[in-house]
Amino acid sequence: MAERGKLRIFMGYAAGVGKTYKMLEEAQDLKASGVDVVVGYFEPHGRKETIAKTEGLEMVPRKNVQYRDSLFEEMDTDAIVARHPQVCVVDEFPHTNVPGSERDKRWEDVEVLLAAGIDVLTTMNIQHLESLNDHIWQISGIRVRETIPDWVVQQADDVVMVDLTPRALLNRLQRGVVYERQKAELALQNFFREQTLVALRELALRQAAHEVEHRMVDAPHKHHKILVLVTADPKTAMVIRRAKRVSDFLGAECFAVTVQPTGDLSGLPVADREAVERHLNFARNLHIETRVLEGDDVAATLVDFGRRNQVTQIFLTRPHRKAWSPVFSRDAAQRVLGLAKDMLIVIVSDREPVSQ
Amino acid sequence: MPAEIRRKTPEEYLRECQAEEEATATQKKGHLKIFLGYASGVGKSYRMLDEARRRRERGQDVVVGAMQSQVPEEVEPLLRKLQVVPLKVVNGGTAIDVDALVLRHPAVCIIDGLAYDNPPGSRNPTRWQDVKDLLEAGINVVASINIQYVDELRERVEAITGKHVDQTVPLSFIQSADEVEIVDAPPEAPMERSADEQVEIRKREDRLSKLRELALVVTADIVDHQLSDYLERHAIRQHFGAHERILVCITPRANLQEMMEIAQITARRFHGDLIVAYVRQPNISPEDQSALDARLAIANAAGAHIEILEGDDPAEAILTFARSRGITQLFVGHSQRTGLARLKGSPLDKLIWEGHGIDVCVFPQ
Repeated sequence: MAERGKLRIFMGYAAGVGKTYKMLEEAQDLKASGVDVVVGYFEPHGRKETIAKTEGLEMVPRKNVQYRDSLFEEMDTDAIVARHPQVCVVDEFPHTNVPGSERDKRWEDVEVLLAAGIDVLTTMNIQHLESLNDHIWQISGIRVRETIPDWVVQQADDVVMVDLTPRALLNRLQRGVVYERQKAELALQNFFREQTLVALRELALRQAAHEVEHRMVDAPHKHHKILVLVTADPKTAMVIRRAKRVSDFLGAECFAVTVQPTGDLSGLPVADREAVERHLNFARNLHIETRVLEGDDVAATLVDFGRRNQVTQIFLTRPHRKAWSPVFSRDAAQRVLGLAKDMLIVIVSDREPVSQ
Repeated sequence: MPAEIRRKTPEEYLRECQAEEEATATQKKGHLKIFLGYASGVGKSYRMLDEARRRRERGQDVVVGAMQSQVPEEVEPLLRKLQVVPLKVVNGGTAIDVDALVLRHPAVCIIDGLAYDNPPGSRNPTRWQDVKDLLEAGINVVASINIQYVDELRERVEAITGKHVDQTVPLSFIQSADEVEIVDAPPEAPMERSADEQVEIRKREDRLSKLRELALVVTADIVDHQLSDYLERHAIRQHFGAHERILVCITPRANLQEMMEIAQITARRFHGDLIVAYVRQPNISPEDQSALDARLAIANAAGAHIEILEGDDPAEAILTFARSRGITQLFVGHSQRTGLARLKGSPLDKLIWEGHGIDVCVFPQ
């Protein structure tokens, strides 16, 4: 088997900061020093300077994928593996492939390239990191749908921050360097407000710092263990993200459990069952270990599991005000607080968009 | 925190705004842009000259006021296209020729390496003060600096590199720039070497990674500073939570040792801020007072900044303060954790329900 390829991510905080440009510059440098480089996927966005940077680089033709009555172009992963360059340039890491493609996500295609021993250079914006989804919502009022699980980014060999000041970015936008004029007007109303950009930039810088530190710290603090309670409450996804982020930063282990009287999900009404299943799946996709615990008393079962597994922190959604709430009541929260005297209980607050 | 970035008072803002207006009224000050890198060789000069090239292509009059004597290979072609105003020789040393630059008065002046002391007998003791003069004269400046030469970071940098730093630029000057951009790149991976050399290479890589992390965090802090500025100037009350800020609430029975321990690890790992607060109680018993004093001593010993809050309703006082500071995590002890009292209607209940965007971390007592 080939040695796994190396992954380098060029991280930015908005379209137009120059991620693709920087990546192509690096590709050109590699080519100049004799490395076999190809472009697997490149999104020109009509940017003149960026397009100029692809000059002389070999492009692997895209693959046509039919969906409903249209043809879409996607990266041809098989063709790249067959061509087997030393380094492949892949733009837009968080991209979702059109239905009918072999894999759902471009990052999964990149996994295939890495497994085949090909080094990959790719680009992404901080907005697409799964654990920051609620933060981004809070900052921008936008729910980003295309996300990348944090572990995918963590296993990259390097994350490089591509920086540009928001003012310079807004200037570029107004000069029409970034998008065509119409798009610019639209974009100005969403991610491109100056204060939103400043906040996103800060998040990206802190994440990049964390990525550097993460690659230096050899022995994580194994004595922290975090447990998340999974219920049908839609806020569970938010608590899972937050717990995962905190456990990643503390170097802690993370579990997600749901407590059901039957020990499986069969006793739940259909809608609740689907919600709990969705949340457990979501946790697994983020590489969190999940369990369905058997018990009539949610609080007691949760705390008992925590104690047997040396859990130090339990993450909960905000309890519902109504005592009869089927999800997780105030009384249940109070019971967890009373029972888990030796553990830290974290009640994750809702994050609402900042009114601007 | 690598650098203390203090929040300004409204009066300071007012003064600043007035000063700004006066400045515009008399003469337009130059715009300062700084490229910040964590080591030499990350590409600061290249980025700076690439910017110079672009500005020139847009029709701006660009000259080079200072450039390292030995420039990297990829920088040379960029440099050849630009007019260079040579450094002035003073007492055997060199300094920027401020007079010549002011006379030439370009739209943009490129200054590589801000952290140089000028030779004795120069116009100013340091190069960054020369840059200030250029800005005052209405010349825009694009400059670069290596994070290792920021005055406030000297101790941390010396601890990482083991080398003494003598020529520095104050952080406040960097913060005063209109734009600060980080030039980031992973440390260059050298070729395969012998085992002995490998150890040295690993050590070097570790040093560079630490400097790189420091540069990213310092830039994030500068950005955070600008964000607070922006929010306060536009009277936006809410915070974005881009920066983790932990508030530890002291009560007489809180297990402060544990709270501080976890708060400090969390603050360090998230590169966040840590504030300790307690709400002054009017009729506190002598036992509670001495318990409180003991906890304040713990917080003091940990080097934490302690805020004393006032208010009849402790939960309300904490929330008001937390909102004003953009707190993201509230650390509290919980007396109701005996299992006897009800959560409903308790101060903790209020914190959970009214602390929008603030996670409540309840510690055992």
